[in-house]
Amino acid sequence: MSGLGISRRGLLAGASALGASAALSACGAKVGSDTSSFSGTKADTSGDTVKVGLLNSLSGTMAISEVTVHNSLLLAVGEVNAAGGVLGRKLEPVSQDGASDWPTFAEKAEALITDDRVVATFGCWTSASRKAVKPVFERHRSLLFYPVQYEGLEQSPYIFYVGATTNQQIVPALDYLRERGLTRLCLVGSDYVFPRTANKIIKAYAKANGMEVLGEEYAPLGSTEFSTIVNKVRNAGPDAVFNTLNGDSNVAFFKEYKSGGLTAGSMPVLSVSIAEEEVKSIGTQYLEGQLTAWNYYQTTPGAANAAFVKAYRAAYGADKPTSDPMEAAYLSVHLWAAMVEKAGSFDAAAVRAASDGVAFDAPEGRVTVDGASQHVYKTARIGKVGADGLIEEVWNSGGPVRPDPFLKDYTWASGLS
Amino acid sequence: MTVILNQSFTGISIGAVLLLIALGLTLTFGQMGVINMAHGEFIMTGAYTTYVLQQAVGGAGVPLLLALPLAFLVAGGLGALLEWLLIRRLYTRPLDTLLVTWGVALMLQQLARDLFGAPNVHTTAPDTLTGNVSVAGVVLTTNRLFILGLALACVLGLTLMLRLTPLGRRVRAVVQNRELAEVSGIATGRVDRTAFFIGSGLAGVAGVALTLVGPIGPTMGTNYIVDAFLVVVAGGIGRLRGAVVTAFALGVLQAVLEYSTTTSVAKVVVLVAVVAFLQWRPQGLYTLRTRSLV
Repeated sequence: MSGLGISRRGLLAGASALGASAALSACGAKVGSDTSSFSGTKADTSGDTVKVGLLNSLSGTMAISEVTVHNSLLLAVGEVNAAGGVLGRKLEPVSQDGASDWPTFAEKAEALITDDRVVATFGCWTSASRKAVKPVFERHRSLLFYPVQYEGLEQSPYIFYVGATTNQQIVPALDYLRERGLTRLCLVGSDYVFPRTANKIIKAYAKANGMEVLGEEYAPLGSTEFSTIVNKVRNAGPDAVFNTLNGDSNVAFFKEYKSGGLTAGSMPVLSVSIAEEEVKSIGTQYLEGQLTAWNYYQTTPGAANAAFVKAYRAAYGADKPTSDPMEAAYLSVHLWAAMVEKAGSFDAAAVRAASDGVAFDAPEGRVTVDGASQHVYKTARIGKVGADGLIEEVWNSGGPVRPDPFLKDYTWASGLS
Repeated sequence: MTVILNQSFTGISIGAVLLLIALGLTLTFGQMGVINMAHGEFIMTGAYTTYVLQQAVGGAGVPLLLALPLAFLVAGGLGALLEWLLIRRLYTRPLDTLLVTWGVALMLQQLARDLFGAPNVHTTAPDTLTGNVSVAGVVLTTNRLFILGLALACVLGLTLMLRLTPLGRRVRAVVQNRELAEVSGIATGRVDRTAFFIGSGLAGVAGVALTLVGPIGPTMGTNYIVDAFLVVVAGGIGRLRGAVVTAFALGVLQAVLEYSTTTSVAKVVVLVAVVAFLQWRPQGLYTLRTRSLV
């Protein structure tokens, strides 16, 4: 729910399926007859400006997180315009509120494509909302840029996945732990699809790489009672804990963890859902020294990030942190602009064809599009929460990691998908 | 053996949290028969009081101790206001009370969102309450010991108040027979308001304690409201003793099940156990005749 508050990925897979099918049946009759005339050119490129769609939850439980992504998107659109626009055209952002409701996401996507005739859309956060809009973008052959790390195992021709897939976040995190000799793990997660998928991957990795999973615990989403789980972890005595908890549960878990005498020094917790914003709401008292896995931190060095942090603060307030999904959203607009320039056209098919190898010097470092998977080469970074509540990088993958959403390059993962 | 002792302490500490969140409700729901869905929001009020105090005073331990009486007054005041504005007009209509207080709960959540922002906030706990003491291998966390102590102190205080003070006598008299109490010269309206003040204030105290173990956000009350009602209903409406026994019984049951199965399974089994128990004993563990329910 609130605060941390976010079940970031694939909450309610069932609901998303429902939303998707509702959208299908609602639009099927209307558009079914003239499918042949689409060829991906609903987009209106006739004027001096072109419209881009921003599809985020501006209300509801997801708003806390998605508003920050929306802000980053607006910032990037402004920058592209200030630099002269794309193919000589200024961008006009059209915001639609997905309202944290997956069927609404599908409706608003439909509206952006058919009414506003946008040339591309940026947004969605939960996997549920992404899965709800996927058939809409595929039917209209319009492009969506998705900015959040997710569980992988998906590849739509009309979605560019700008956040990390599993081999750019979870797998490097495991590499990091293994290199440090932290080979005996306990897995703690919220009881829904993302943590269970992630833990399946972790167990397969562990088996093949001489690591040991001593325990696997799930708490219902929103659960705030962790004394038993912490007792179980203590009794199992692992080298480290891999944490895929989401939302409020993290607060209760870390409070219990610290009170129970378990420390970052003796038994570090590596989390994949705790970014700068979440650290603020849990309290550094409980998180200091614990590990996180992302592709970007507010402290990531480089001129591009300094400029991004400065611009974001200037626009939205000096106390506002920047986080990984915000940065991915920001870079997705710039990447798209570069793809369009390369293609010389706003046409979705042309942009897709031109996408391979398009690069951008993002706040996180250089990112490059992999045309085949429509994911992005990203550098994996492990960070440590500092006393000031910011996250300091302690390790990175040495360079951008090739995206591999289906983990095809990993023999140990052959049984997973 | 250590495991059993550790889990026993866990069970007792879960029970203490349950007791603390349910205690105010035993008075407002149990004794007065008001189904107050905003009880969780009074808990939230207590938590935010701690937060505000800490922002204003600074430090960790002092604001926490100051917050206990202050949260009692703030949440209690809100409760008394709610009683005076709305609930007293609805004493004969329990279902309307449910809807009205639920609406109030939503409004209080939104108020918290407007005042403090939608993201959770955090308070700093004093160092003494973020550690543990280890006795023969059994890890007793100090924040849980604090909550246990606080819960027992509240039970004791409430019991003494009901048994020994003139106010307690009046509350019991009104609960047992409103008309007779009234003709005996008791201002029942004022007694109602005072009882509601105390019940809501106890929720505020619970909120202060919960800042030590859980999240502090606009919707935190919803995490606890169901459990609170569960304890009061299973314990027997109107009986303090019932709430105490039930809270600890459910806590230990939860801890045992959770250790031997999973958290989700434990939650389900506890709920099923309560439902089955109420089938067998619909009036709860202990019974007392009340005014508007039963």
